[in-house]
Amino acid sequence: MQRSCLLSPGCKCNEAFEKAFSYTPEEIINIIKDSGLRGRGGAGFPTGMKWEFAAKAAGEKKYVVCNADEGEPGTFKDRVLLTDSLDKLVQGMAIAGYAIGANYGILYLRSEYKWMLNDLNAKFNEFKNQNYLGNNIMGKGFDFDIEIKLNAGAYVCGEETALIESMEGKRGEPRNKPPFPVQSGYMGYPTVINNVETLCNIPYILEHGVAEFKKYGTERSCGTKLFSISGDCAKPGVYEMDLGITIREMLEMVGASNTKAVQIGGASGSTAGEKDFDKTICFEGFPPGGSIIIFNKSRNMARVLKNFIHFFEEESCGQCTPCREGTRRLKEAVDRIERGEKLSDEDMNTMLELAEVMKNSSKCGLGQTAANPFVDILGKFREDF
Amino acid sequence: MKMLELDKDVVEISSKYGKSKDHLLRILQDLVAKKGYLTEKIVRDLAKDMNISPNEVYSVATFYSFIKTKPTGKYVIRICQTISCDLAGKEEIIKALEKELRIKCGQTTDDMLFTLETTNCMGMCDQGPAMLVNDEVYTKMDSIKAIELIREYKTK
Amino acid sequence: MQTAVESKLTVSINGKEFDARKGETILQLAKRNDINIPTLCNHADLCESGNCRMCVVEVEGQRVLQASCTTPVAERMVIRTNTRKVRKTRQMIIELLLAEHVGDCQTCKRNTNCELQDLAAEYGIEEVRFGKSQEKRYEVDTRTPIVRDNDKCILCRRCTQVCEEIQGVEAIKPMGRGKDTDIGCLFGLPLDETTCVFCGQCINRCPTGALTERDATKEVWKAIDDPTKHVVVQTAPAIRAALAEEFDIPPGERVTGKMASALKMIGFDTVFDTDFTADLTIIEEGTELLTRLKKALVEKSQVALPMFTSCSPGWINYIEHYYPDLLPNLSTCKSPQQMFGALIKTYYAQKKGVDPKNIVSVSVMPCTAKKFEADRPEMYDSGYKDVDHVLTTRELARMIKQAGIDLMDLQDSEFDDPMGISTGAAVIFGATGGVMEAAIRTAYELVTGREVPFANLDIRPVRGMEGIREASLTITDPLPEWSFLNGAEVKVAIAHSLTKARMLMDKVRAGEATYHFIEVMACPGGCLGGGGQPIPTSPEIREKRAQAIYTEDGAMKLRKSHENPAVKVLYEEFLKEPNGHKSHELLHTKYTPKDTW
Ligand SMILES: Cc1cc2nc3c(=O)[nH]c(=O)nc-3n(C[C@H](O)[C@H](O)[C@H](O)COP(=O)(O)O)c2cc1C
Ligand code: SF4
Ligand code: FES
Repeated sequence: MQRSCLLSPGCKCNEAFEKAFSYTPEEIINIIKDSGLRGRGGAGFPTGMKWEFAAKAAGEKKYVVCNADEGEPGTFKDRVLLTDSLDKLVQGMAIAGYAIGANYGILYLRSEYKWMLNDLNAKFNEFKNQNYLGNNIMGKGFDFDIEIKLNAGAYVCGEETALIESMEGKRGEPRNKPPFPVQSGYMGYPTVINNVETLCNIPYILEHGVAEFKKYGTERSCGTKLFSISGDCAKPGVYEMDLGITIREMLEMVGASNTKAVQIGGASGSTAGEKDFDKTICFEGFPPGGSIIIFNKSRNMARVLKNFIHFFEEESCGQCTPCREGTRRLKEAVDRIERGEKLSDEDMNTMLELAEVMKNSSKCGLGQTAANPFVDILGKFREDF
Repeated sequence: MKMLELDKDVVEISSKYGKSKDHLLRILQDLVAKKGYLTEKIVRDLAKDMNISPNEVYSVATFYSFIKTKPTGKYVIRICQTISCDLAGKEEIIKALEKELRIKCGQTTDDMLFTLETTNCMGMCDQGPAMLVNDEVYTKMDSIKAIELIREYKTK
Repeated sequence: MQTAVESKLTVSINGKEFDARKGETILQLAKRNDINIPTLCNHADLCESGNCRMCVVEVEGQRVLQASCTTPVAERMVIRTNTRKVRKTRQMIIELLLAEHVGDCQTCKRNTNCELQDLAAEYGIEEVRFGKSQEKRYEVDTRTPIVRDNDKCILCRRCTQVCEEIQGVEAIKPMGRGKDTDIGCLFGLPLDETTCVFCGQCINRCPTGALTERDATKEVWKAIDDPTKHVVVQTAPAIRAALAEEFDIPPGERVTGKMASALKMIGFDTVFDTDFTADLTIIEEGTELLTRLKKALVEKSQVALPMFTSCSPGWINYIEHYYPDLLPNLSTCKSPQQMFGALIKTYYAQKKGVDPKNIVSVSVMPCTAKKFEADRPEMYDSGYKDVDHVLTTRELARMIKQAGIDLMDLQDSEFDDPMGISTGAAVIFGATGGVMEAAIRTAYELVTGREVPFANLDIRPVRGMEGIREASLTITDPLPEWSFLNGAEVKVAIAHSLTKARMLMDKVRAGEATYHFIEVMACPGGCLGGGGQPIPTSPEIREKRAQAIYTEDGAMKLRKSHENPAVKVLYEEFLKEPNGHKSHELLHTKYTPKDTW
């Protein structure tokens, strides 16, 4: 079932502002907590809790950052939100600011989306003119402004602490946690970082209420979710669906046939084979990264694996040993496979051990998940190798 | 003490952003847009102007793939190499453009007009194959469209 | 009391419970309790970077292993440091590093003192399953005093951290991203095209052989083996307090006499002590300071104050690059090494009747910047290169070993006369605050005719390891010729490490500093923590070396530079008077501003 809470202009979200300012910041945080909204950027962290941490953290300034770095292979839903639903995003950010006590918002945009920069700036100006942004928003006595900062071509900067480093004008190398951004983020101030889609959900929740929001999805995965669907199907694009949808339902909807495998959650996500197609996509099932890439039976999964591993090797920040050296060695292995070499059992075991070490000891999510496709694809599609 | 004059563009662009470190990335990108790539003089001048170490400037610059520190053409063509665009046939486009421009991927034409590169997922996977020419995005490409596009740029 | 109880946590490591302090890391807790967790990127002097991931441990309830160096303890945390998973992970990390570590242990300066080698042995790495790259990817530039071999670099980043956090220089940085990351300068330029001050602190932090000093041992051996050469050696104060560490003796052991014996056995023709010119520096620099004060207070003329010490060549490089406007404040005195060099090929050559062109002057220094200093164009005042070769403490140790000498078994012997005679004031040059203390001992007495009013001549307020220290001394009842100083409160400050120097310099630049005299040493702890000293280094080790130095001072018969009889003779026979014509020709110099970035 396709939904249209986030995507359609049908939601009268402008009224969300009115609603929001009638609540105290604490009340808003409680509403978001009650809604069960979980982050749409990948990790699925409960948004209300994140805001609460930031609200309680001491700091003379606070920041709300919208993570529009959208770099995960196969993801483009944030692009659609940024171009079609910017009003929801702006409201989401301002409401987040109101809730945690931040007057500054930063939209961190990937440089691959620089083509939308002029448009974004123009729209922000319009919002300012309409007093949705700027001083004393809608006469409610709350100031909030948004600045755009650009990445410059580094996937790892989507990781929230790398993103902060990058916004500070540094190399986008993930920080050690703790401290978490909600305690000490941009310039050392408490900072909430949320995905575009997460923030776009906020006005809907305030406008329609928790109960309405919870009608969609499952018990632990509330609300709808945008899926970026690409690959071998008739109708690629962005779809809004309930969390908890099965893979098979989804494939039908987008006109995919003869499907061999589905990559869920991007390169760092997991690979579903035919056996998995009745499983659901939600926080308690296949993690809903938002990227769905479909491969039909004519595709060789070895090529897919090579593509993913090359991606990680190029995008590792290079800071920590397991990821920097591990992705190098994984790449070496998939290149050998591609050249038609067969890895000996011994070599294969070494690589699987390496995958385990990368998962267990890398500093950030990139290294921790970079070997996923190696294990998953090799495990499920051995015949392609 | 060498008292060479600072590059005018460097000063202009860094002043626009208030010379503060948190804008370094944007300043570098604007400089690349203006100058094509960063030379040693640009890096040193910017460092002086912003009062940060030139090594820091270079360290930051080389972390990001869109900030160029080697001679680069006026137009940087970036073809998405990630899986969805790969499935959609990016290889053909690369081959066609390599032939058209008589360079290999990763190289720059002798007239310094074009640099041909691949890049990772551009967020256009539903409309692949996709490519960027500088900041402009082009989708649903094929080899013929790509060649036509490049020829247009040639005459710009 | 209550807060103490509150901030105490109970943490279990490997099944045993420990009292932990709130805010400390797992690694700190483990170390305090003698539980060994291997580390590579972690260093006692630096912020935790958590890059190498060697130190990972299992923490109950955590999905993945945690880096113990960056993870704070929490109440009731359950930690395991020695499970199979942890061991396997560490082994893999070592293998991954070895696979990209190109170079042979046997031909490496750090052979037997390499953290990577030690860990590989400890974890029983018998093969590198990924193969070991043999192909050298980097050219090694052996021109500069600091030699970088990136093929041996494991990207722990301790070097770039010390350069930034402790020295504030940022001469080297991580460049590039991911697998292409390497440590270097912008556009791959050599170190001498950056603001590198050649302090060598990076060498002391390097776990492997990626950073070493430019070797001078071969040239020194060649000179020793050449019968036509008269090879003279001088050794700096800080060497005697650290050399034993190279022979597996715990830090803090003084080996002054053994070192003199070893130098003689190696075959140096004359074995002198840089302490001699340290005393001389005090006379020259003290006189210069008093002259500046007189000009300012009596003649009311424009003179640069506060005056800065000038014996640390890393500091000289730094001020040339970063505070060229303050160069007039720098004492014009050369460093003791260079004063020595200039005197060997003039005064000593005459006295001994040796043609200076046949003299090879060698110094043993705790410092790599001294190699740079000796090569400076300013340092040819004897008509020759004043100091031909500079050896670090580490290089001297290598030479002693190569000569088959067992240092610790040697009998003590004395330095040669006359330039081997020195006082306790010279010995303490090796520690931060030492030059200041020596200067005060002499200047105060010169001005008042009395000894400094400190028990046992120990001027405690200027000692210690605090990064910046300030002290003041009010002058009462001066001798008639110094009556203008009556009642004056002389203020001094001391800084060691360049980030600390920067703080003081910013104050001076802003006109907010009321000091008269500032001592700056580029390296943390002063020369005893110099970039040529034995590896490893840590606050604890430097503390021990400082103790050794102060003990040596306390044990000396002569404790004040102006009491050095040989220095007195030098003035009578050769220099005539402090800051006189001859001194200016040989012992003083001027430095030039350089580009900041
Ligand atoms: C390597 C890496 C890349 C990431 N890229 C993105 C991204 O492009 N967009 C995003 O919203 N989150 C990304 N994340 C997740 C963020 O770190 C962070 O969890 C998220 O922005 C939080 O927002 P949310 O709570 O609204 O999901 C990435 C994480 C990792 C480890
Ligand atoms: S896991 Fe990879 S991307 Fe993350 S910090 Fe380590 S090297 Fe960088
Ligand atoms: S010592 Fe902890 S990560 Fe290196």
